[in-house]
Amino acid sequence: MYDVVIIGAGVIGGMIARALSRYDLKICVLEKENDVAMGSTKANSAIIHAGFDAPVGSLKAKLNVQGSQMMESVCKELGVKYIRNGSLVVGFNDTDLKTILDLYNRGKKNGVNGLKILNSEELHELEPALSRSAHFALYAPTGAIVCPYGLAVAAIGNAMDNGAELKCNYNVKSITKTDLGFEVSSYTEKVSTKYIINCAGLFADEVSALANDSSFTIRPRKGEYILLDKECGKTVTHTIFGPPSSMGKGILVSPTVDGNLLLGPTSVDFNEKDNKDTTQVGLSSIQSKACEYLATVPTGKNITSFCGLRAVGSTGDFIIESPQKGFINVAGIESPGLSASPAIAEYVVDMLKDSGIVMHKKKKYISTRPSATRFRDASLEEKNKMISDNPAYGKIVCRCEKITEGEILDALRTNPKATDLDGIKRRTRAQMGRCQGGFCTPYIIELIARENGISFESVTKFGANSAVITGKTKGNPNL
Amino acid sequence: MKDLVIIGGGPAGMSAALSAFDCGIKDILILERDSHLGGVLQQCIHNGFGLQKFGEELTGPEYAFRYEEKIIKSGIEVKLNTMVLDITEDKTVTATNPHDGIFQIKAKAVILAMGCRERPRGALNIAGSRPAGIFTAGTAQKLVNTKGLLPGKSVVILGSGDIGLIMAKRLTLEGAKVKGVFELMPYSGGLARNIQQCLNDFNIPLRLSHTVVEVHGKERVEGITVAEVDEKRVPIESTKEFIPCDTLLLSVGLIPENELSKSANVKISPVTNGALVDQNRQTSVSGIFACGNVLHVHDLVDFVSDEAEIAGKSAAKYINNDLSDSTEINIFTDGKIRYTVPQRITDLTDVKVYFRVNNIYKNVNIKVTDGINTLLTKKRPKVSPGEMESVTLKNDHLKNVKELHFSLEVV
Ligand SMILES: Cc1cc2nc3c(=O)[nH]c(=O)nc-3n(C[C@H](O)[C@H](O)[C@H](O)COP(=O)(O)OP(=O)(O)OC[C@H]3O[C@@H](n4cnc5c(N)ncnc54)[C@H](O)[C@@H]3O)c2cc1C
Ligand SMILES: Cc1cc2nc3c(=O)[nH]c(=O)nc-3n(C[C@H](O)[C@H](O)[C@H](O)COP(=O)(O)OP(=O)(O)OC[C@H]3O[C@@H](n4cnc5c(N)ncnc54)[C@H](O)[C@@H]3O)c2cc1C
Repeated sequence: MYDVVIIGAGVIGGMIARALSRYDLKICVLEKENDVAMGSTKANSAIIHAGFDAPVGSLKAKLNVQGSQMMESVCKELGVKYIRNGSLVVGFNDTDLKTILDLYNRGKKNGVNGLKILNSEELHELEPALSRSAHFALYAPTGAIVCPYGLAVAAIGNAMDNGAELKCNYNVKSITKTDLGFEVSSYTEKVSTKYIINCAGLFADEVSALANDSSFTIRPRKGEYILLDKECGKTVTHTIFGPPSSMGKGILVSPTVDGNLLLGPTSVDFNEKDNKDTTQVGLSSIQSKACEYLATVPTGKNITSFCGLRAVGSTGDFIIESPQKGFINVAGIESPGLSASPAIAEYVVDMLKDSGIVMHKKKKYISTRPSATRFRDASLEEKNKMISDNPAYGKIVCRCEKITEGEILDALRTNPKATDLDGIKRRTRAQMGRCQGGFCTPYIIELIARENGISFESVTKFGANSAVITGKTKGNPNL
Repeated sequence: MKDLVIIGGGPAGMSAALSAFDCGIKDILILERDSHLGGVLQQCIHNGFGLQKFGEELTGPEYAFRYEEKIIKSGIEVKLNTMVLDITEDKTVTATNPHDGIFQIKAKAVILAMGCRERPRGALNIAGSRPAGIFTAGTAQKLVNTKGLLPGKSVVILGSGDIGLIMAKRLTLEGAKVKGVFELMPYSGGLARNIQQCLNDFNIPLRLSHTVVEVHGKERVEGITVAEVDEKRVPIESTKEFIPCDTLLLSVGLIPENELSKSANVKISPVTNGALVDQNRQTSVSGIFACGNVLHVHDLVDFVSDEAEIAGKSAAKYINNDLSDSTEINIFTDGKIRYTVPQRITDLTDVKVYFRVNNIYKNVNIKVTDGINTLLTKKRPKVSPGEMESVTLKNDHLKNVKELHFSLEVV
């Protein structure tokens, strides 16, 4: 019997698991995919918003501003990349100026510090690459960027280091009330728990309905992105937004924490919750929008494109409430959900406390997690010490990002363990560089197979039926 | 301190090392990130290598072995499993391997021979899903030829570069169904002999002026949509066609691997994506030379070896302070001729200039002028982007010349 079952291993489920793992509670995170961070958390803009967007008085506004204040220290504890690069909402005409002034006032009311309106000269001094038709901007120095999947992986890893369990490939299909709490089942397994926290992202409405609460719905809204080579990573230093519309914050141009340049997202309402296809229309609209912001857009430097789905809730605000005793919905966590995630976690801890559960702080709580980038970030002397202790750190596997065999083995051995190619990618960046795995994929397949004692044919890209190799050649001696 | 450090132990790196050695330079170090010498040849188990150089048809590994043997005999130092991380303008090379850790070596001269990499899907902005089953042709080749593993059973190939063509045949022989090779351009970038031997002989269709517009399948590729393209290479909506398959191979171009060159401030040509060099294969940084696929993409390894011999000899001369630069002649091209290598001539000697054209042309004259006078013309019945061409300029051609213009005329 668990004290708390968390459904969904995105950044929200992960941060909640971590916050709860400070206490003497038996926690289990259930995730339908083969790995954590497979939902909205792996494909978003990765911005820690300052907090001027959300309506005054909303839960979104409050938790965004709090979360953005907490984020830097959380990332430090978890060894996750975080850069406070500041953000700019740029305007081109009088309508934009009005919007920007509204945002400024809203931001002040929401409690965002340091907001400033920049004139053309100030703006172009900060960002020389911007188009000359950008005339003013709202500058938010507290805006920041993070590695969103890195944050989720680290939060869940830290929770696991503190005793929480993670069950992947556990698709929750039914929830039944019992005397002591609930029974939570997939098609093949069953766990019982006193409390359930529903962090199922896009599917939070369906999970809530399993527990007889259908008071809200979640609709997917597509966001496509283009990622550019590191050569372009310094095109801008701040995150550049256009003026927002009813469909969201518009297309942005931003450096990533790893030094690439990100363009996107589009914003298209949609019906399928599992369709993350990119579209020709979407990709070209991103390109043309970026041309409006930037004096010159680097061409021929795209290395990949991808798509994320926003979980747009029917209430317009985050839905964090308890429809019945022992069951908490954390739903409709669209943007700024990532930014708000540490604050959402504390908010939910408080809700649990109020609901009467006995929570004692653990005596031996580990607040930090070894950084996945510890080798990359080490000094030359430290690196050579690590290589002499473990020669695998001297062997580069991913040539573009210069990732070593040692780091890949770390990802296969550290909580939550990577078991597929994409899992390695999100934890180490191997396969994420300019050749997109062309060089290192065969080698990583070998490492995964060897480490887990499985055949090459069983190695997948992201679990289930995504096997990479379909068989052996006629001449293979091990046929 | 080393006299000569060579980055990359493929055919280019090995040839360069041997020719520098033959010129009296004995203090040489080859750094190779793989666990063996030979570079991309190790995975090219088909034959067709060495016709020009040895007058016989060898497989890739056989060709490489001829050089490897000589390297071993000569006693030239080789560090395998060693990845070069950085080169500076003053020729300090930083590298890492499991045995030595991260180390630095200063060299009198450096030869860049890092080869090239394949262009990935992202570079093409192909829409659709991102399932398992999308490989570059070279990755597939590595899986099949060095690991004995099959990437798929029912395959579509985008791009008709040589690796794609070779893999079409290879996968067919392994029992996979290759449904077709689709090429964006109205002509193939591959060698004519590969189109015959790898596609026609196996009845694999080659469809020119076609591209893949969408990938389907959530977990594994389930099919792709192809379409014909117009003159501007824009897909024509009405020609869209779904082709079921479980694998998409991309053979859409090779890019010289010049990250290290850039770190050493070597000037890169936007056309070749390789260094700008003179007839000695010296780059814009004195004492840093380049050869092989890192300089420009070659279709025949024999030319790689030739080019590397030049770089090796020149590096030896440089180390002995024997490299003369008596002139400065820049070479310009007319666009039909996409580029030349070298792009610059710095000494009055005979120079063989290699070049590639931008389209298929029949009955052409290649003309070389000094801006006013025609120095040389060469007739060719047919030229195509897939095959490298060359002309040899004599010492006398270059006297009193400030610049050279290469142009192509259809007669
Ligand atoms: C295009 C886009 C851009 C964004 N940009 C930003 C930004 O810049 N800044 C910001 O702060 N926020 C941004 N967001 C929002 C942010 O990404 C989300 O708020 C955050 O990732 C939500 O995390 P989550 O854990 O709630 O959801 P998810 O990451 O989707 O996690 C939900 C998890 O639940 C699992 N699950 C679902 N159903 C079940 C079931 N039945 N059984 C078991 N497991 C289940 C899913 O597989 C998934 O792993 C953006 C979102 C999108 C889509
Ligand atoms: C698939 C394919 C099929 C071909 N078929 C034919 C054919 O049929 N006939 C023919 O004549 N030619 C063929 N060629 C062409 C010819 O073989 C190549 O052009 C030639 O091998 C290129 O040699 P190279 O030494 O420049 O590059 P490579 O062989 O790629 O060698 C470069 C070496 O440098 C190493 N390296 C790179 N970066 C670093 C670093 N940072 N640190 C250390 N080491 C590094 C690499 O590991 C590699 O070993 C083919 C080429 C390919 C790719």
